[in-house]
Amino acid sequence: MTAAVSWFPDLRLTDRPTVGGKGASLGELTHAGIDVPPGFVVTTQAFELFLDALERSSPVRALVERLDPNDLDTVSRISRSLRVRVENEPLPATVETAILDAHATLAKDNPALTVAVRSSATTEDAEDASFAGLQDTFLWVPDAQDAIHRVRECWGSLYSVESICYRRKHGLPEDGVAMAVVVQTMVDARTAGVMFTRSPTTGDKSVITIEGAWGLGSAVVSGEVTPDRWVMGKITGEISVRDISDKHIRQVPAAGGGIVDEEVPAELRKTPCLSDEELQALRGVGRRIEKNYGRAQDIEWAIDKSGALLLLQSRPETVWSAKEQKPVAPVIDDPLKHVMTIFGGRR
Amino acid sequence: MSEPTKGFPLPSSLEIVPGTEAAQAAYPYYCQFHEGDDERFWFYNSMHFPEPMHHFDMITAEAAYCALGSFNTRVHVLPTTKGIDHRIINGRVFIGGVAVTDPAEIEARAKEFQQRAFYYYEHWEDLYAQWKEKMKALIADAQALSKPSLPDLEPIETTHTGKGVAANHDLIDTYRKTLEGYFRMWHHHFEFLLLGYGAYLTFFDFCKKAFPEISDQAISRMVAGMEAEIFKPDEEVKRLARRAVELGVDDRFHDGMVIDDVLQALDQLGENGKAWLQELETSRNPWFNVNVGDGFYHYHRSWNDDLSMPFAALPGYIAKVKAGATIERPMERLIEERQALIADYRDLLDTDEDRATYDQLITLAHRVFPYVEGHKFYCEHWYTNLFFNKIREFGALLRDHGFWEKEEDVFNLTHYELESAIIDLMLAWSSGSDPIGPRVWPAKVAERKAAIKAWAGHVVPPALGQVPDVIDDPAIVMLWGITRESLDVWLSDGEGDSNELKGFAASSGVVEGTARVVRSVEEINRLQQGDILVCQVTNPTWAPIFQKISAAVSDIGGSMSHMAIVAREYGLPAVVGTGSATQKIKDGQRIRVDGGRGTVTILEEERVLEDA
Repeated sequence: MTAAVSWFPDLRLTDRPTVGGKGASLGELTHAGIDVPPGFVVTTQAFELFLDALERSSPVRALVERLDPNDLDTVSRISRSLRVRVENEPLPATVETAILDAHATLAKDNPALTVAVRSSATTEDAEDASFAGLQDTFLWVPDAQDAIHRVRECWGSLYSVESICYRRKHGLPEDGVAMAVVVQTMVDARTAGVMFTRSPTTGDKSVITIEGAWGLGSAVVSGEVTPDRWVMGKITGEISVRDISDKHIRQVPAAGGGIVDEEVPAELRKTPCLSDEELQALRGVGRRIEKNYGRAQDIEWAIDKSGALLLLQSRPETVWSAKEQKPVAPVIDDPLKHVMTIFGGRR
Repeated sequence: MSEPTKGFPLPSSLEIVPGTEAAQAAYPYYCQFHEGDDERFWFYNSMHFPEPMHHFDMITAEAAYCALGSFNTRVHVLPTTKGIDHRIINGRVFIGGVAVTDPAEIEARAKEFQQRAFYYYEHWEDLYAQWKEKMKALIADAQALSKPSLPDLEPIETTHTGKGVAANHDLIDTYRKTLEGYFRMWHHHFEFLLLGYGAYLTFFDFCKKAFPEISDQAISRMVAGMEAEIFKPDEEVKRLARRAVELGVDDRFHDGMVIDDVLQALDQLGENGKAWLQELETSRNPWFNVNVGDGFYHYHRSWNDDLSMPFAALPGYIAKVKAGATIERPMERLIEERQALIADYRDLLDTDEDRATYDQLITLAHRVFPYVEGHKFYCEHWYTNLFFNKIREFGALLRDHGFWEKEEDVFNLTHYELESAIIDLMLAWSSGSDPIGPRVWPAKVAERKAAIKAWAGHVVPPALGQVPDVIDDPAIVMLWGITRESLDVWLSDGEGDSNELKGFAASSGVVEGTARVVRSVEEINRLQQGDILVCQVTNPTWAPIFQKISAAVSDIGGSMSHMAIVAREYGLPAVVGTGSATQKIKDGQRIRVDGGRGTVTILEEERVLEDA
């Protein structure tokens, strides 16, 4: 039987069924020696223990399975009551202790610990675009009790109107419904952004494109700031593009939790948010992750106030990988004939 | 309505700089612009001839284009291009390609090309070994030519041996052999060259298709990095530095030393000093037969004629040897790095078919590399030095007979005029009367010197005539890197940030430092540790000072130019082919060199503007 909580270093991609895609990926990266903000996953086992407890007081799965997705009034009413139950009924002691202990362990070297709480879906289907937005992410969660509350909110999102209707429309059995939740140390980023290990514009696998801005990565991902952009040789490391933009705002953690925009000091606005050394370090990490997965990746990263580089997420690149791979040059029996591309005229 | 397009001036619209008409007219008639030239496209060959041409030095253009064209047009039979025509105006050499456009002719030529050029590719090593023998024989012939001189009376041996030929005949004989050898050398020079570049470009082309955003320098690094003669001179300086330390005479070498004094002191120092001088002799022959330019001007003197360059490098190398550093070119590591690079890019290819093609093309590029890099030593350096020095001897002889004031003045005559001056002297010597030349040449020499000066300050357009839609001439693309895109850049010159210069990104990295604009070898002593070298031509003989500098910038050159290769090996940022760095950057200015993007930024003017 799986434990209610699993730590990143103990996880591999194959653990996806119990820790979800996000959790498994962070585990795989940690195992590969990539610096990932430390954390743990509240496994599907924890969710199931809790659900069993809920079922004992009043049915959950059977109730949902009977719903008609076209009867929105009923779905809304049931959704509301189920989410209230998931967020408020007592947790099984084993689960609660496991999460509190894990949180305490995480806080041991970091008394000011704040965490990110993110749902981590267990099926490919759940990562599909049709499911996008059905899971939740909570950033800058300040303490253990709050973290537990956010875990429950993630679970509760399984019973949102959209989520229920989606399952009912597709006839998915409630027995298979489970959710893992990632609890991970927040990075107070000096600079953050994304990295593509193949060119988003040409699909070129020999270059790495890095985009970054001051503060938290959310500003880059949401498009609120035009990030600085670099293109570098993946293998050789030469930097062939340096587009330094005017980064007028940055996002920073708000005093009471959450995120707030602040103005970037004038002298920093047009200053590159990464040094060449940091760019090279990012390239090194990008290459390692790509090698580990055996395919091009989209990566989210951050550099904290102490200058440490941390990986927040890595996903396989999908746009260019989906295209058909045709040979660049026609196959010619006499290799010398290739020179005719130069000498024969290119008309 | 079509957009008004910017164009280049027509040749017929160019005016001769006032006062230089006679000097212009003195160039041979076949390189003057003439009727019909307005219909063609010409560009200024600033890569090979960045300075106004002395009348004698035009022989390099004519010998080179005689040879280049022959091999393109009639030996290898390139399908889409024939040779190159050249013209001169205001001392500047403009060139125009002769394209083949008729599809039937291209097809017929392609058949010939495959029979001929492929034979070269298939037998490259054998033909190249044979080439070296030919070049060495040609060099030996040139070295065997006697020094031109005229005795008052023939030695008695002429009578006793029944020689039957007098000394004045040796003058014309030596002169014609000197010219003959030079024209022949240029044929050898082009025997393989276009085919070699073609092999490079084929690999470049494949890489650009497989990796659309790959940098030229990454491809260049995969191609280069092997043994070639042109790396030897710098290696010899390093060897001399090491020997100086081993022999315990290293304390004799320091910045700002007077070379003659050092040589004299070593000679008097006893056994070890003499041993080092012996080592120097070994290095000088043949490796110091490199000149400080590209070999296209008589005043690009060789290390053997002027030891400043190798000696300027010795103190730095000696300090490194004493600190226990390895200064020798790390061949094993370079080859290992190159192989790793090739393997890493290979891994990125998607299909087995592409990997097979890639393997074929990189193998071919490596096969041609030793010639493409190595031929320069034999042709542009060793042979050219011998050639110009032989002409110098004629210059001295004619000076002694009152034709002009200085030995170097000889280079103000065309090679035809020089032959006429020699015959004038032969006639005078034979008749016992005075030559006419001393009454003719001093005025012409002065006139032409003034013209060269006037032309040097005269800005010429980068191109003339009709702008072609595409430039599909492989010779022009390969040798000059000129494409339709570069023409557009020329046409838009003057727009954009005036503090930023663009060139080829030759070796990556970003460095800020003090610019040292070095125009000639006499100035290399001004380079301080950490300076950024700004020079006109990227040429191999500057390699020894790369230990001193923090970055390099040049007016002329591409990503496979020797300077680019050496900069990458030294790990120095370099931007080459900026066009005008030596004019726009002032000595001592702070500049930023970005060798990854190919930009040079002048920092000081920026600050002045902000203050204003």
